[in-house]
Formats: sequence, C-alpha cells, structure tokens
Amino acid sequence: MDALPLSEPGANLPAPTVHASLRGVTRIYPGSPPVHALGPIDLDLAKGEFFAVIGPSGCGKSTLLDVLAGLSAASDGQVTFEGKPVAGNVPEGVGVVFQEDASFPWLSVSDNVAFGLRRAGVDPAEIKRRVDYAVGFMGLRDFARAFPMQLSGGMRQRVCIARTLVMQPRLILLDEPFGALDQQTRLLMGDELLRLWRETQATVLLITHALDEAAMLSDRVGAMSARPGRFVDLVETGWPRDRDSTLVAEAGFGALTARLWSHLRAESIKAIGGGRA
Amino acid sequence: MNYGRKVLLARFALIVGAIALLELLCRTGVINPLTLLAPSAMAAAMVQVIASGQVTSDIIRTFSTVAIAFAASVVVGIAAGALLHAIPRLRRAMDPLLASYYAMPFFVFYPVLVAFFGLNAMPLIAIGFAAAMVAMLISTLNGLDRVPPVMLKVARMHRLGRLRTLFLVVVPAAAPSLMTGTKLALAYAFISIIAGEFILSGKGLGYQIAYAYNSFDNRTMYGLMLFVLLVVTVMNSLLHVWEQRLLRRRSRA
Ligand SMILES: Nc1ncnc2c1ncn2[C@@H]1O[C@H](COP(=O)(O)OP(=O)(O)OP(=O)(O)O)[C@@H](O)[C@H]1O
Ligand SMILES: [Mg+2]
Repeated sequence: MDALPLSEPGANLPAPTVHASLRGVTRIYPGSPPVHALGPIDLDLAKGEFFAVIGPSGCGKSTLLDVLAGLSAASDGQVTFEGKPVAGNVPEGVGVVFQEDASFPWLSVSDNVAFGLRRAGVDPAEIKRRVDYAVGFMGLRDFARAFPMQLSGGMRQRVCIARTLVMQPRLILLDEPFGALDQQTRLLMGDELLRLWRETQATVLLITHALDEAAMLSDRVGAMSARPGRFVDLVETGWPRDRDSTLVAEAGFGALTARLWSHLRAESIKAIGGGRA
Repeated sequence: MNYGRKVLLARFALIVGAIALLELLCRTGVINPLTLLAPSAMAAAMVQVIASGQVTSDIIRTFSTVAIAFAASVVVGIAAGALLHAIPRLRRAMDPLLASYYAMPFFVFYPVLVAFFGLNAMPLIAIGFAAAMVAMLISTLNGLDRVPPVMLKVARMHRLGRLRTLFLVVVPAAAPSLMTGTKLALAYAFISIIAGEFILSGKGLGYQIAYAYNSFDNRTMYGLMLFVLLVVTVMNSLLHVWEQRLLRRRSRA
C-alpha cells in the first residue's frame, strides 16, 4: 500500500470511470393511490468508490437500492452497470445485502454462505476455501454448523453479508447491514468493511441511518430528501483510501457530520410533519 | 436424562397406566364386557381377526382407497394452492368458499356419488379427496404467503431461474406449512373413508366394523377398531418423525 495518508483523494488513481449510473430515475409504486417513492435521481458511482446514502425513514433508500440492483424496474429513466442497461434483472457482478433478515432458516451458516457459489457451479474445493474465509472474516467460525435460529439478529445479518461477499461482486449494495448491531461492534464491522473494500477494489453503496458511519466509511455521502427521495447534497469526505474508525477523532469529522445532520434533520422534520399533516 | 426423554417417558407411563386401569375395571366387572372388551382381550381379538385372513381384502381395499385419495389430494391441493396464490383475483373469488368449506357435510353427497359412480371405490375416493384436498390447498396457501419477499430477492440476486427458485427457496421456506397440510390430508382422508365405508359400502374396514356391530360380534368389532387406531397412530408418528427430522433446527415458532 503506497497511498500517503495526506494525499488528495484520488490523487494517485487514474481518472475515475463510471461504474454504475442512474439517469432521471424515478420509481412509483402502482396502487391506489400510487406512491411516488423515488426521484428523479441522477447519480454516477465511480469504479472503486465507497458511496454512502443517508436519508429520513421511508424516503426511498431501499427503493433506490432495488432499482440500482435491477430487482425492480425504474418507472422512468435509465440505470446502467458497467455500461450496460439494467432492466428488471440483477446483472452478474452485483451483490446485495438486504435490510431484512434474509438468511435461510433451513440451511446451516456455512450452507447459507455457500448458497450462491453452489448455484453458480463453482468447484467444491474452491467453495470450501471461500466459505471458510468469509465465515472467519465475519467472525462466525464457531457457528459454521449452527442454524440461523440459534444466532442473534446481528449474527444473521453477518451470515447474509458473507453469502453476498463470497460471490466476489464488483458492485456491492448494502442496506443498513449493521442496523441490528451495537455501536462498538458497528464501528469495528465498519473497519472490516473498509478492509474488504480495499482488498477487493469493489464499488460500494452503503445505506445507513448512522451519520458517523456514513461520514467515516465513505468517499462521498449522498443526503436524501424526504419522500420522494432525491439527493439534496453530495459531500466529498476527502479521506485517504487507507482509513479506519480512528477517523472519528479527526478535526474535519465533526464538521462533516454536522453538515450531514443539518440536511437529515430538515428532511426528517419534513418526513414526519408530512405524515402528520 | 434430558427433558425430551422425561416427557416421552411420562407419556408412555400415562398410556400404560390408562390401559392397566381399563384392564382392571373390565376384569373386576365394573365395566360390562358386553359394553367394552378388556384391552388384553381386544388385542387378542385383533391378532386373531387379522391372522384369520378374513379381513385381508378389506384391509387392502381401505388402505388403497386412502392411499389414492391422499396422493391425489396432496398433488391437486398443492397445485391448486399454487394457482390461487399466483392469481390473487381468483383467490379473492374463492375465499368465501374456502372459509366455509369444512362447515359443509360432504356425506350428504355420498348417495349422489354412489348413484353416479356405482358401488365401487370411486365414491369413497371422491369423499376422501374432498375432505383432504382443501386442507392441503389451504396449507399450501398459508405456506406460500409466509415466504418472505426478501428471500425471493435473494434468489433473484443469485440469478436463479423460476424452477430453481421454486425448489431451492420457495418449497423449503413453505415446508412447515406443507408438512402440516400433508398430515391433515392423511388424517382427513382416513376419517372420511372409514366413515364412508361405515355408512354405505360393502367392503373395507369401516364396513366390517359396522357389520360386526350389527351382528353383536363385539370381539371382531373391537379387534378391528384397535387395528385402525394402531395403524393411524403409527402412520402419524412416522409423519411426525419425518417432519421433526426435516424441520429439526429451524423452528422459529
Ligand atoms: N412494495 C411497495 N408498494 C408500495 N409502496 C411501497 C413499497 N415499498 C415501499 N413503498 C413505499 O415507498 C416509500 C419508500 O420506501 P423505502 O423502503 O424505499 O424507504 P427507506 O428509505 O428504505 O425507509 P427505511 O429507512 O425505513 O428503510 C415508503 O413510503 C414506502 O411506504
Ligand atoms: Mg429501507
């Protein structure tokens, strides 16, 4: 690792290439009345970028993730991944960790983690190697043969993270993956996520309700408005690539979270006030 | 000794105790032997009636009727449940019928069925099917309703096709309900077919029990009743063990 701690962000990287992009994307859930959940949104994710999304509850963050992953089609606008349009199908190379518990209760922890690899027809020895590594990485080694019902909510979420990571996705979408964890574990998991991001050079989009998490982990934070969600601010954090949770002590950190909080506060008041009106 | 063992032992002791008490009441004449046979006499009668071979064709008849009705109701129940689940409009239209289905006394249709099919196994298969299929259908609907949408998203993320999604995600996620449906279907098929034989049939275990009853042949009647009871208990236990094995460590209540 030859990145200097004080170097400009991206200074030692080639010009960023766009990895995934949203152009004029909206999502309206049909029904009576229809729910306009998202957009219009324009967003370019640079290859290898760590992008965090914050926004008030119900503003359309999970909807954004669904549309970007190809799990639901945009009502309007274009989504592309690696230059190809994404339409209603999840492209190869995209991995998602969902907000809800998505572990399979009928499979053991290691079988859960191996699920995608087995379907993809990966060689068994390679499956074992990758699963062992991911299970260890997520701190689940003692529970490899346990079943999800024997685990806590946070541990189940880690199973789901491992299941997605073993597929070695080039774009990783995480929807509040640490929501069920306590503050200290959350920060440490954040460090692990950063380590993984550096090792794999994947592009990461992280949805979180924790401002400090967004500010500490990402290269860029997008603050969303109340529903229908749009980006009201995009903030470059300027952190070096080689960073960890000790950043919270940096001088710039407080100013950054304060700026994010001012947006989130205003939009959350709108979201709640809108519900009361 | 662990908790499960203790429960099992207590259950066993309860049954043995009840049988012993019954035996005692019968032997001491508190219960008239014309009303109820002593358990030991019942068992002896059962062995004798079965061994004599005089009801072998009835046993085969009843079990094959139940087997056909059960198999058909599981297959059709699952298929119909999946269909209703896939077409919400159809399901809404069918909902009142399903909700009040078991309030309907199927047996009133039995004479019609006999007139229609003749006095063979078909009317009974139809009755067994009618009683069992809807239980399987409703359980299938319940199971499919309970498949968490996020699991289907996981399947799509792994780019599974329809068939692999069905067998690798939907069926395992719905398995507890499907299992319940299977158990109910077997019990309903059995009850309705034996009862049908009892009322209006010339063959089968139900008919033989009714025949023994009408000719005051207590030994045969109780022997056959015990036999039916034993068979149903054994089959249910087997299904239960199978279910426990399949769902062993995933019960989320
Ligand atoms: N399947 C759906 N059908 C109809 N409306 C939906 C559906 N899913 C979400 N919505 C609505 O769309 C809006 C955005 O939902 P979404 O789940 O994207 O919000 P979110 O930002 O992820 O919220 P949270 O922070 O609570 O997870 C909400 O108002 C929600 O009620
Ligand atoms: Mg959400």
